[in-house]
Amino acid sequence: MRRAAPYFVLLLAIALPLVMRSLDQVYYVTMASRILIYALAATSLNLVLGYGGMISFGHAAFVGAGAYTASVMIVEGVPSAWIAWPLAMAVSGLLALVVGAISLRTRGVYFIMITLAFAQMIYYLTISMKAYGGDEGLTLTQRSDAGLGLDLKDDITFYYVVLALLALTVFFLSRLVNARFGRVIEAIRENEARMEAIGYPAFRFKLTAFAIAGALGGLAGALLANQNSYVNPGILHWTESGKLMIMVILGGVGHLYGGVFGAVGLLGLEELLANHKIGWLAALYPNYQQHSLLAVGVVMLLVVLYAPQGIAGLFKRRERK
Amino acid sequence: MSTRLLEIEGLQKRFGGIVATDRVALTVEQGEIHALIGPNGAGKTTLIAQISGSLAPDAGRIAFLGEDVTVLPQYARVSRGLARSYQITSIFKRFSVAQNLSLAVQARSGSSFRFWRPVAGETALVDEARAIAIQVGLAERFDAIAGSLAHAEQRNLEVGLALATNPKLLLLDEPMAGMGPDESRRMIDLISRLREKVSVLLVEHDMDAVFRLADRISVLVNGSIVATGAPDEIRNNAEVKRAYLGDEVAA
Repeated sequence: MRRAAPYFVLLLAIALPLVMRSLDQVYYVTMASRILIYALAATSLNLVLGYGGMISFGHAAFVGAGAYTASVMIVEGVPSAWIAWPLAMAVSGLLALVVGAISLRTRGVYFIMITLAFAQMIYYLTISMKAYGGDEGLTLTQRSDAGLGLDLKDDITFYYVVLALLALTVFFLSRLVNARFGRVIEAIRENEARMEAIGYPAFRFKLTAFAIAGALGGLAGALLANQNSYVNPGILHWTESGKLMIMVILGGVGHLYGGVFGAVGLLGLEELLANHKIGWLAALYPNYQQHSLLAVGVVMLLVVLYAPQGIAGLFKRRERK
Repeated sequence: MSTRLLEIEGLQKRFGGIVATDRVALTVEQGEIHALIGPNGAGKTTLIAQISGSLAPDAGRIAFLGEDVTVLPQYARVSRGLARSYQITSIFKRFSVAQNLSLAVQARSGSSFRFWRPVAGETALVDEARAIAIQVGLAERFDAIAGSLAHAEQRNLEVGLALATNPKLLLLDEPMAGMGPDESRRMIDLISRLREKVSVLLVEHDMDAVFRLADRISVLVNGSIVATGAPDEIRNNAEVKRAYLGDEVAA
């Protein structure tokens, strides 16, 4: 039953556009795509933050690098998704390799600050890229071209492509965390000194995890740029990194589906608060729609205090103490 | 020369004004159990940290199997057969005993940059881990979570982790710390059984254990070795009595 649950959710996700189309609510398909892209980004962050125990506060830089790579490719006349998206992953992965090679020499708060600093540097770099819109951003005249008869301009097709990539990513991650590599990075999170003492070069493993997460973040970025047909430096801003961290914490640090739960939870909550009138809440606090972040804050507080394993933890069977 | 497993010359380490390791020279022969004793604060653990590679010395040379390993990182020393255990238990508390020991086996059994095949299905790792668990008396607790083990069991796992790296020289930092008499006796038995395959540099406060196990004993006082010799020589050494055993009697 429990093993079947993810497949059941996947089936629901596959059915969603068909239902929405019959209800004439295709807007929700676009929104769902956005949530799934964030789910992919948060899932990639969860690899370093949750499994690896590296509190990276700069993940938006890798998402942004991927978004810009895919966008620049379109603008420069290489719209093929088969070239642009892997390239976005490669650029973000390499960037993560460089950032990680320096940042991972530090620990704790210093690591948090240095990843944040790198991300902000890259953020300002994109602002200074006048050829590609500077702080105005870059409007894309088309989405990437996937070939194979897939028209990414069609929101429902795009949704399915995003869903497939997210499912592939989660599947890849489920293999990775249960393979040798996954056990090593979790053990490094638990006790890095001892890992060195039984013969592991911890740094190399951490850096590899960091680069893989960066590459997957880059894929999410490429999708996000396509979804919006627009990219601007805001996508790399530190608040975006913070948002991804909130998703991971909300969804479940170090849980396979933590990123997915977190993205659905946070963006779903934002949508609910911003676009739907909730009678009892309005009676309690008339301005709640202007202050929707306040509600997010309250939810985060409750999660940290009462469900430290996040939404995924709520679904987990009560196991050993 | 060929029988010299570990050879340390002129090793020095300062922390600010404190000389923690003062021109230490020490050798461990092949097949020997060499005990390192000394009063609290003598710098025993600091010395172990430098030999194992987690702490860089300020000066001096450490050779292992004839190779200069002074600047070699810890993991590389482990792969050459130089492993340590900790005075303060350092295990993977949220992992099972099986996972703890398999990790140490995995480190020396092929690349760990493998991303696809489930490690839980690697029976070769688990089998070797089980053999180590039997050796350190944890066969019954093989599937228990390490953090749930009793203190003495955690101490056994601590030694088991070092042992699972398949060392040629084992640096044991107070393996009997906090153990009761029965548990200590079992640990002594374990270490004496190891003698056939592994050389040991043993840091220990339990003098009974030291004099029963050691082929040679070195005495560390204020960061420097004041005497090295067979147990009987050390027992009768005037300087050792004054500096170390005297303290014990007084206490």
